[in-house]
Amino acid sequence: MMFKRFLSLVAAAAVSTSAMAWQPSGKVECLAPADPGGGWDFTCRSVGNVLQDLSLVDGTVQTVNMAGAGGGVAYAHTVSKRAGDNKLLVAASTATTTRLAQGQFPGMNADMVTWVGALGADYGIIAVSKNSRYQNLKELMDAVKANPKSVKFAGGSARGGWDHLKVLIAAKAAGAEKLPSIPYLSYNNGGEAMTQVVGGQVDAFTGDLSEATGFMESGDLRVIAVLADERLPGKFSDLPTAREQGIDAVGPNWRGFYMPKDADEAAKQYWVDAVDTLYASEEWKQVMARNGLIPFHPPASAFDEFVRNQVQDIEALSREIGLLK
Amino acid sequence: METLGFLMEGFAVALTPYNLMFALFGAFVGTLIGCLPGLGPANGVAILIPLAFTLGLPPETAMILLTAVYAGAMYGGRISSILLNIPGDEPAMMTCLDGYPMARKGRAADALAVSAIASFSGGLIGTIGLIMLAPVLARFALTFGPAEYFALFLLAFATLGGITGKNPMKTVIAAALGIMISTVGIDISTGTQRYTFGVLELYEGIDFILAIVGLFAISELLFFVEHRMGEGREKMQVGKLSLSLKELVTTIPTQLRGGILGFISGVLPGAGASLGSFISYTLEKQVVGKKGRFGEGDIRGVVAPEAGNNGASSGALVPMLTLGVPGSGTTAVLLAMLISLNITPGPLMFTQNADIVWGVIAALLIGNVLLLVLNIPLVGFFVRLLSVPPMYLLPIVTMVAFVGIYSISHSTFDLYFMIAFGIAGYFLRKLEIPLVPIILGLLLGPEMEKNLGHALVLSDGDWSILWGSPLAIGLWTVAGLGLVLPYLVGPLLRRRMNAAIKESPVSD
Repeated sequence: MMFKRFLSLVAAAAVSTSAMAWQPSGKVECLAPADPGGGWDFTCRSVGNVLQDLSLVDGTVQTVNMAGAGGGVAYAHTVSKRAGDNKLLVAASTATTTRLAQGQFPGMNADMVTWVGALGADYGIIAVSKNSRYQNLKELMDAVKANPKSVKFAGGSARGGWDHLKVLIAAKAAGAEKLPSIPYLSYNNGGEAMTQVVGGQVDAFTGDLSEATGFMESGDLRVIAVLADERLPGKFSDLPTAREQGIDAVGPNWRGFYMPKDADEAAKQYWVDAVDTLYASEEWKQVMARNGLIPFHPPASAFDEFVRNQVQDIEALSREIGLLK
Repeated sequence: METLGFLMEGFAVALTPYNLMFALFGAFVGTLIGCLPGLGPANGVAILIPLAFTLGLPPETAMILLTAVYAGAMYGGRISSILLNIPGDEPAMMTCLDGYPMARKGRAADALAVSAIASFSGGLIGTIGLIMLAPVLARFALTFGPAEYFALFLLAFATLGGITGKNPMKTVIAAALGIMISTVGIDISTGTQRYTFGVLELYEGIDFILAIVGLFAISELLFFVEHRMGEGREKMQVGKLSLSLKELVTTIPTQLRGGILGFISGVLPGAGASLGSFISYTLEKQVVGKKGRFGEGDIRGVVAPEAGNNGASSGALVPMLTLGVPGSGTTAVLLAMLISLNITPGPLMFTQNADIVWGVIAALLIGNVLLLVLNIPLVGFFVRLLSVPPMYLLPIVTMVAFVGIYSISHSTFDLYFMIAFGIAGYFLRKLEIPLVPIILGLLLGPEMEKNLGHALVLSDGDWSILWGSPLAIGLWTVAGLGLVLPYLVGPLLRRRMNAAIKESPVSD
């Protein structure tokens, strides 16, 4: 622990000296690959504010919305038109890696950008209605193992999207077979999916924790598993993880950034360090608490690898369920 | 009792100065749009959607603004019906029958005043009906599974051509066009792309707000450019108010009947306000019998349809808010707005977005009072506006449309798309293909497909699930009636309605 802290002090010192080499001057652009109001937009705007508060940028951080193809338009724009831009950050999340893994950004892959870092996550959950006969994830998965068609899931993403994949990750970890035959009903958003679960039409809901808090608090929905390494902090601490029920399934929906591949090395280093500093700050902790974000921050050196692994895992899973040929 | 508490909270939302200001503005602009011949509530709301985005309004304010426009347009439609014998919008057609004769007899001021009061009581009755019915239906809606939803969407499509559709074939073509457009993009049931041709911008499908603003607002612009460039209408004389309190009191039963009938026909999916005003007028004629002088300027002939169409406009909000299935063209546009504000209409909205639902309902009540106040003393002002040449109004509409659409996504691609929709809308209207079914197809088509898919997943491929519950069977029956009835009753209704129309408006 002491040693780690020492290292980070050294790193911080290194930043302050190497920062002399490159520092953003003037306007920095944060590209949110969706319309205002969504998660990516939130990432850009809140990070932009904190960057300014911490004086990590001397000018302003302008959020630019570029919706389309679930982030594909912004990805293509970054790769082809902004390749050497030192002052461009693009908001990303697990949705980005999912689409990359499934080849939904045609002709593009995860190697074409530089992955800067993650700033927190929203964890996947599996929930049932308050009257459900399933008391925990184990019972639910036993039913799935006995007959893959017996439990119907509803989620807010398309078939093969992140909400669907979470079910498959959990089912696979529980040792279920015939993953493609597990029924999954896709809705336009988590809210619609939850209505069907609360109304008793569908057995289980798969989604992110932040979507479900309203129904959790009203008591209509019972979370039977959080797909996290360990129990979450604060008011979520009494939600059981999948892991403690003997099902080793983890599904963080991280929020973070990538930037153009051909930016200067000094600039890339600056942003990686800036994200570290920001993540450690009190200001960011408040933003996370206010918006239900859970701590998630792989060390800078490991983030790139984390993204690559996630892409590979999703690709393998998609192949297994026949989404990819 | 619980409802009353929610309503109070709704008033707390709607009565903030900021929201009140937008309600007043919406009511004013709505009346203005309603009284311009050809521009109905659907166009009015479509034109104002970009404004909500341009100003970056919060969801509840945006919805309050648009609902006020909706209610205002229902009020405004009567003005040109009475003065010019040209309905400002389709639901105001029936008002021509006795309104214009009244104006010819020099009682224009009386007709305008009494119709404003009738609109008020119709709107009030409708809103009270909405307050009582919506929460009940919302709770009931939780029992709707995919099979029931599928039957419900089928019902909406079946009644779509409905009673007022001129040519059922063209309605079908329009709805099919809408469904075709909606298939572009990712198919969420299979996760595959359809009709995207590798164009990234198409991957998420075509935004219906673009389609709505293009089809309604931009095509309207093109029509004005073609027809009325620079021309205004001649100044109208309204005359003095000679309406006695006694005469007003005698119309109260008519107002009640009209409002209630209007509300009921509004609640039925697809029927909408035109049917409300028609049924109210016809029934009034039956009730009054030979004592009335309908068609020659009977005051009850003005009161009944106005109470009817305003009652229906609130009624049409019931299925939209509780089930996410619009009851009319305008509520379809409002539904599109809700979806693009990231709010899921349906039973959940009453618990998850209670402030918005009840804020909008409270705003409807407040809006009705505002509209009454606006419409009695200011009627002369709106009449004068009828003679303002559109060359002053249209550049503003165009500017707002472009800025608003651009501010949603910051994409120039979307602007081209909107223009393309505008041009398509212009030609479709030249071909007399109605636009509202396109929007309904665009909005409801994917939902219907999704629910069919889900029902079949739940039943493991057994089609009988679609008529497996009493509720579903009931919906199928109503859908069947909705499909057949227009052929039996429709020609009769249309003949009577057409007698009143000279200039054909888009639709409600």
